[in-house]
Amino acid sequence: MLLKLEPRGGTSRAMVYLTPLLAIFLTLIMGAVLFALLGHDPLEAMHAFFIAPVSSAYGLGELGVKATPLILCAIGLAIGFRANVWNIGAEGQLTLGAICGGGLALWFYDSDSVLLLPAMALAGALGGLAWAAVPAFLKLRFNANEILTSLMLTYVATLLLSLLVHGPYRDPDGFNFPESRLFEDSALLPVMIEGTRLHLGAAVAVFVVLAAWLILSRSFIGFQIKVIGLTPAAAGYAGFRHSNLVWLTLLTGGALAGIAGLFEVAGPIGQITPVISPGYGFTAIIVAFVGRLHPIGILGAGLLIALSYLGGETVQIQMGLPQAVTGVFQGLLLFFLLACDVLIRYRIRWASGASKETRRTAT
Amino acid sequence: MTETLAAILVTVVTAATPLVFAAIGELVTEKAGVLNLGVEGMMLVGAVSGFAAAIATGNPAIAIIVAMLAGTAMAFLFGVLTLSLLANQVATGLALTMFGVGLSALIGQDYVGTPIKALAKLDIPVLSDLPLIGPVVFGQDFLVYLSLVMVAGVAWFLKSTRAGLILRATGESHDAAHALGYSVIGIRYLAVMFGGAMSGLAGAYLSLAYTPMWAENMSAGRGWIALALVVFATWKPGRVLVGAYLFGGVTILQLHAQGAGFAVPSQALSMLPYLATIVVLVLISRDSTRIRLNAPACIGKVFHPET
Repeated sequence: MLLKLEPRGGTSRAMVYLTPLLAIFLTLIMGAVLFALLGHDPLEAMHAFFIAPVSSAYGLGELGVKATPLILCAIGLAIGFRANVWNIGAEGQLTLGAICGGGLALWFYDSDSVLLLPAMALAGALGGLAWAAVPAFLKLRFNANEILTSLMLTYVATLLLSLLVHGPYRDPDGFNFPESRLFEDSALLPVMIEGTRLHLGAAVAVFVVLAAWLILSRSFIGFQIKVIGLTPAAAGYAGFRHSNLVWLTLLTGGALAGIAGLFEVAGPIGQITPVISPGYGFTAIIVAFVGRLHPIGILGAGLLIALSYLGGETVQIQMGLPQAVTGVFQGLLLFFLLACDVLIRYRIRWASGASKETRRTAT
Repeated sequence: MTETLAAILVTVVTAATPLVFAAIGELVTEKAGVLNLGVEGMMLVGAVSGFAAAIATGNPAIAIIVAMLAGTAMAFLFGVLTLSLLANQVATGLALTMFGVGLSALIGQDYVGTPIKALAKLDIPVLSDLPLIGPVVFGQDFLVYLSLVMVAGVAWFLKSTRAGLILRATGESHDAAHALGYSVIGIRYLAVMFGGAMSGLAGAYLSLAYTPMWAENMSAGRGWIALALVVFATWKPGRVLVGAYLFGGVTILQLHAQGAGFAVPSQALSMLPYLATIVVLVLISRDSTRIRLNAPACIGKVFHPET
């Protein structure tokens, strides 16, 4: 091989911040190539994908609407990933949040209490939390891999939602359509900016970002999470309880995903439908990584990935391209990021005979 | 009665076969010390490419080869990232699955709803007409037999060949294997690509034989179930077969229960394979010593010869 990797002997701080930008740049280039291959003018397609969706106030509002569940889920996942807890079932936890919180709205359908919305948020958080508690329990008690259990529970959650909207949740006057009744105003999140769909949930997401930043960087809990992720052995010597952190990270992630799900049904959707999220829970994994598992980074990454959803919709309408383009873009972005991340700890060198010679004499 | 039973058993076999392929491929990958969580994505890309090739050429053999090549290409991508660029295997595997879901939907958009002829079943005079045994043992498509051959072949390769021993050594201690002069990265590339080819084959089985059509996300979590099967099998090829047929049985039983019009909602029955996966995983993992003794020691660890 001509190129070789040389350890830097540490991490390059500059690269930590540069590689996401590099990855975005490479994704854009690949995206242009992809559009050209599909027979479209790359410039026009890129404009439709990345600029047209956010060139109006409504579009910017939509960006916030899409970014909210991504950011909420990604913050929860990132806390876990930092501690090497691989919860990848945020999609299922989000669904449970919608089922529990939305179910409350249907239960108290005639209520116009101001307490209804907070109660729904609480129920949503508890639903997601309960769903995430299963992999946590199975991991700690039975040593079962949380990646597989949390993912299997996602399929179960989707089927549970389908069961409910075909049964107990179905609108009695809905001609047997598998949808719930439309929520009353008391169960809907207030819109923050007139003329957009940007709801209160976006403000909550920003608040969660700031709170998570504070907790992860300033609190003892945040420190424990960091140590256990970087060097589990050191954490053991320091007496940090691994099981406590598994519980904490999974339950936090579950609760945040649950709230995200509730915000979807009480926000842009306004009722319970068989499909609540276009894979926000999975995409949040990409958001967490592109955001460097850092709350502020996740805020930016969430907005960027939200744009890819909007862009996918725009190219579908304007150019007849399939929505799947979004998924390909998101996958490419994560690939490029993971590939570029090698630069954080390694230098790329041309492997020539000369350098080998010098190393041999030096050692 | 025998006819119904035979029909059920035949479907159990067809439901189990994609799991056998995907799990045996992942088993080899993991034995070499690499955890590839992208099985689901590789299966989907295999399924759609095999389907497209079947429509373009009408030749099932070409379709299967194309599916295997597509799976291998996806696995190679995973290899470049994790083996050459030392990326985190868990994150890269997740990325591979997400990429595969998107890519397969993109390729397959024009094929949704297109019907094709299912892979031909074996038809041996006399033997295939035997009651019960005939259709189950002598009346399957050739991929079913290939899946059994693959399991036996992998079991023999890992246990009785020198190359298999080296592959296992790479998975147990990459530093030792490297010190002995084996190319850890090269061996792992081959193992990962074998896993990809098998996942592609599993996908092709779905879109060419199990349900001869293409639908977005048609693997419906089978790639993940295959990953769980490898743990269930405690990394032993023979047990992969047992596990896959058990799961095939659960899948088919719930389908038949739905057909028979049980008073349980169909969604609740559809949950069964996923819940069964969790239960099985719990039962096996409970004994942490057994997992520790059987799991390749270097699984998921990054190898760089100079660090």
